[in-house]
Amino acid sequence: MSSFIVNHIQKDGYDILELKGELDAHTASHLEDALKLILDTDRNRIIVNCTSLEYIASAGLGVFMAYIEDVRALGGDIKLTNMTPRVYNVFDLLGFPTLYDILDDVSNAIEQFSSHQ
Amino acid sequence: MVTNNENSITVSASTENLALIRAFVAEQAINNGLAAKTIDEIRLAVDEAFTNIIKHAYNFDSNKKVSLKTGMENATFWISICDEGKPYDPGTYTEPNIADRIKEGKRGGVGVFLIKKLMDKVEYRSFGHKNEIKLIKNL
Repeated sequence: MSSFIVNHIQKDGYDILELKGELDAHTASHLEDALKLILDTDRNRIIVNCTSLEYIASAGLGVFMAYIEDVRALGGDIKLTNMTPRVYNVFDLLGFPTLYDILDDVSNAIEQFSSHQ
Repeated sequence: MVTNNENSITVSASTENLALIRAFVAEQAINNGLAAKTIDEIRLAVDEAFTNIIKHAYNFDSNKKVSLKTGMENATFWISICDEGKPYDPGTYTEPNIADRIKEGKRGGVGVFLIKKLMDKVEYRSFGHKNEIKLIKNL
């Protein structure tokens, strides 16, 4: 069975989701639950740290597709960081780099949020 | 339920088995000496095809079965995935506009698009109650 963990950290007004393991149709609901929990508390500055994300399928990408517009409409964003080349390749196949902010690390994401306040 | 032979495996149509079938095709690909990047592409294509069968052919009925078989032939590596659910009509496929789907808050609908990008050839066949999708990668 696919192994996947979401670790949620709140730091300086940002919600950081650290993803670990394999994100597929079996595990995507864990990510969705974590995102909903943040949005339900009216928070919308979200950083997804993909350092330990080993694998992503379209079911995982679909979670980002479903929520990004709502988050942006509220003045926030979902920024993705620390992708391994294997995971980045999948985002790239769908043209995500032109549609999402994909950054080297969490500090870059915080800088981006700060500069657009 | 899992039946595993040398180059074939039959599993229940459950997302619980996604990791298992990814590991199975990766092992077959490694045994045939495929490159790491090619193996990544094959694993993802098989994942997407298996997920589509669970969703669309079987409507999430995990009592149903899916069989996978792999092979090498004429400088290609192929994976045949068979189900006995609702057939997929490839004639209905249109390439998704990802930016539009995101604007509309729609998830998914990109599995077949990914499979086509990842593989060199994709064949669909229905015979009797069986449907087969054959994913072919040139080596």
